[in-house]
Amino acid sequence: MTITPVDPSDNPLRDPQDRRLPRIAGPCGVVIFGVTGDLSRKKLMPAIYDLANRGLLPPGFSLVGFARRDWADQDFAEVVHEAVRQYSRTPFREEVWQQLAEGFRFVPGDFSDDVAFDQLRDTIELLDRERGTAGNHAFYLSIPPKFFPDVIHQLKGHQLAENHPGSWRRVVIEKPFGHDLESARELNAIVSEVFPPESVFRIDHYLGKETVQNILALRFANQLYEPVWNANYVDHVQITMAEDIGIGGRAGYYDGIGAARDVIQNHLLQLMALVAMEEPTSFDAASLRLEKQKILRSVRLPERMDLHTARGQYAAGWAGGEKVIGFLQEQDIPRTSKTETFAAIKLEIDTRRWAGVPFYLRHGKRLGRRVTEVAVVFKRAPHLPFTRTATEELGQNALVIRVQPDEGVTLRFGSKVPGTAMEIRDVNMDFAYGGAFVESSPEAYERLILDVLLGDPPLFPRHEEVELSWMILDPILDYWAEQGQPEQYPSGAWGPQSGVDMLARDGRVWRRP
Amino acid sequence: MSIELSGTNASKIASALIRARREAGSPTMGMVLTFVVVADESARYDALKAAREVSREHPSRVIGVIRRSHRGQPNLDAEIRIGDGTSGEQVLLRMSGELANYPESVVLPLLLPDSPVVVWWPTKAPDNPATDPLGALAQRRITDSAAVSRGRAAAMLMQATNYQPGNTDLSWTRITGWRALLAAALDQYPSNITGGTVAAERLNPSADLLAAWLCNCLKVPIDRETSKGPGITSVSLMTGGGAIQIARPDGRLAHFSIPNAPERPVALNRRGVAELLAEELRRLDPDDVYADTVTKLCELDKGSAPTARQRAAQKKAAEQAAALVGTPPSEPGPRDKTDPDDYVEEPEVAEQQVAERAPAKKTVKKTAAKKTAAKKTARKKKAATS
Repeated sequence: MTITPVDPSDNPLRDPQDRRLPRIAGPCGVVIFGVTGDLSRKKLMPAIYDLANRGLLPPGFSLVGFARRDWADQDFAEVVHEAVRQYSRTPFREEVWQQLAEGFRFVPGDFSDDVAFDQLRDTIELLDRERGTAGNHAFYLSIPPKFFPDVIHQLKGHQLAENHPGSWRRVVIEKPFGHDLESARELNAIVSEVFPPESVFRIDHYLGKETVQNILALRFANQLYEPVWNANYVDHVQITMAEDIGIGGRAGYYDGIGAARDVIQNHLLQLMALVAMEEPTSFDAASLRLEKQKILRSVRLPERMDLHTARGQYAAGWAGGEKVIGFLQEQDIPRTSKTETFAAIKLEIDTRRWAGVPFYLRHGKRLGRRVTEVAVVFKRAPHLPFTRTATEELGQNALVIRVQPDEGVTLRFGSKVPGTAMEIRDVNMDFAYGGAFVESSPEAYERLILDVLLGDPPLFPRHEEVELSWMILDPILDYWAEQGQPEQYPSGAWGPQSGVDMLARDGRVWRRP
Repeated sequence: MSIELSGTNASKIASALIRARREAGSPTMGMVLTFVVVADESARYDALKAAREVSREHPSRVIGVIRRSHRGQPNLDAEIRIGDGTSGEQVLLRMSGELANYPESVVLPLLLPDSPVVVWWPTKAPDNPATDPLGALAQRRITDSAAVSRGRAAAMLMQATNYQPGNTDLSWTRITGWRALLAAALDQYPSNITGGTVAAERLNPSADLLAAWLCNCLKVPIDRETSKGPGITSVSLMTGGGAIQIARPDGRLAHFSIPNAPERPVALNRRGVAELLAEELRRLDPDDVYADTVTKLCELDKGSAPTARQRAAQKKAAEQAAALVGTPPSEPGPRDKTDPDDYVEEPEVAEQQVAERAPAKKTVKKTAAKKTAAKKTARKKKAATS
């Protein structure tokens, strides 16, 4: 009997109409470097289990851990088991575990250890034979960026990065993508020397969140918002990401990095691009990226950095009913550290749509509560046919996209207070997403890992976007570097006075999120 | 919070809902659909529990409809529940007397404005859900042929014959995992399929649908084998290079094998009703692939000599279609004054009628008689337990 070759894209069991069928990744495996780290235990391993539990991983999926530990495969499985039990979103099922556990391998070694990388190659080749992973492997670098060059060169040196026809090798990297434009370019040079751009997946976990993707649905699937989504109606936009915690045990990472590099450069600028961009011609990766890049390119920085940016460090005090220490008292932080834990900047976008509309971006640690939101604040009505007393409590209309927690959308508008007198006051209209607790509402990492395995790139920023973001941030960081120590702000409140003043100069106030 | 109303009507229920919502402190409505569950007293608890679980993913107003005996004075009792683990609202309606024949008169005023309506029959469904007065209110009508206590294959066939856009059956939802794996198998090993087999318990509507789906997509005959179960136990597809096989002997862990690759375990769980419903509610547009599959199912069934059952189903469908043309649905014309308890058994009655005219009279009659006997014992049992 002869076997007629069949084009894999004409699978008769796949029908574009059949939208029930989930996309299951093809045969593949993931290699995690830095498998003992926090991110790997709390996010990656549970996300992989959750994907398997939802039936989205291919049969034979394999997970290889690489770290400097004297472990056997079983010890590694034990660690994963622990992590899954503790952090996975979906219930633990023995049969799912059994399916996964057969594909666990561990390679002990150092990033400079040639023998270990030889062993890694043997392990992967053995998996291809035993588990049918077909040469498809993603290398997840869950390690500090200073080790990237070592690992990438080792992967190249041991022929682990070579794409053979019919199979793929991909590399996944986490933020920070450098600490300024120059280092980002260096990092990119190292990675792109070994992996082609379409094989590099930069994880910005914010872009995997349902609510962030919903910004696109809200803007481009509705007739209601787009007509007012411009400088004629929008007064300004506030993008806030606040954390109620301090730096915790991350002093080593955080000192010298700070709030702007840690969050504004990636998450907040990406959010801004999604809110501000024009309608893409389609939702494929290239069109989306094109529109985002246009926005990042048209960003104009304030001329007076001293008036339109703000930074601060949290001071000791009481936050949320607990006594907390200040940033400078944190362990391993030098008393003279100039690293900011609060950063706020004003940006303008020089396009016809947004001319004259400022975008205020702020991020800080130890603020009032944990919240991420985008607030589009509209202009006041040009004429109010009411007495001044009637509208005294009327603010500006606002559309707030609540990214986390309590995902949803709020519309803020004026309404009459019940009673005989005409009295108008702001009210909220809320839409809450259901499903924050159910199996089908995936965690950002699940979505992103699946997209890496499927090779689906729309949610991953490319190096052009990363470089453009640094071009926006570098002048601000340079200016800050010349200044003294950041202003201290009380823990548990909404940031330093300079942040408040920065908006007051423009006649505006920060929303209390 | 829970409120009980007896001898009530739809507008009193609607105002009680608004009051309850305000008193719960959250007067906004984030509900995305109305979910009508038509059950009897015995299936009520599990069905509403599943509906509540689903409403966490799809916040909805769940309306449980229980039709009691049509004898006596018409009466409507309602139980309203807000909070307590629901992310929407739940109303349980008990209708008796003549009202039991007109449940839509209560449900219609309680539908959420503009949002989609889904009706689910957790056990016995009407033969033609689309023309059922409650089913006609909905965009999505969910039946469950596997939950019918007797005559599952016939029930599936009946639903297939009477398919209308918007109908689906949980037997179809149950095989999404199998279908996804089979599609993944062909992604991994693209080849021409020359034939195949689906093995499952003797009476398993899901297996029939899976075979019909494969047959329809692959254009090759698919054999249906009987095994001890649970559910579907294996599917194999023949290729020039060997067999693609997925075997699941224990209902949990499957073994996946394709030519030139090692055999691998893969979890293929049998899902609970709440998970199945959640999948159903994710898409509310007509499921075209299901439509093609049920068409194929009917075709395959016709090919294998029409049975009395199928003729009964077809005849019934034709009659109903004729009746529908005759009387517009809005007109509250005289309806079957059958007791809702008997209403559950309608297909058997039809089967008996046709059977008397059918050539295979004897055997069919016998089964019908047996069924009546079984019915009696079932009733006795019910009486004993309650």
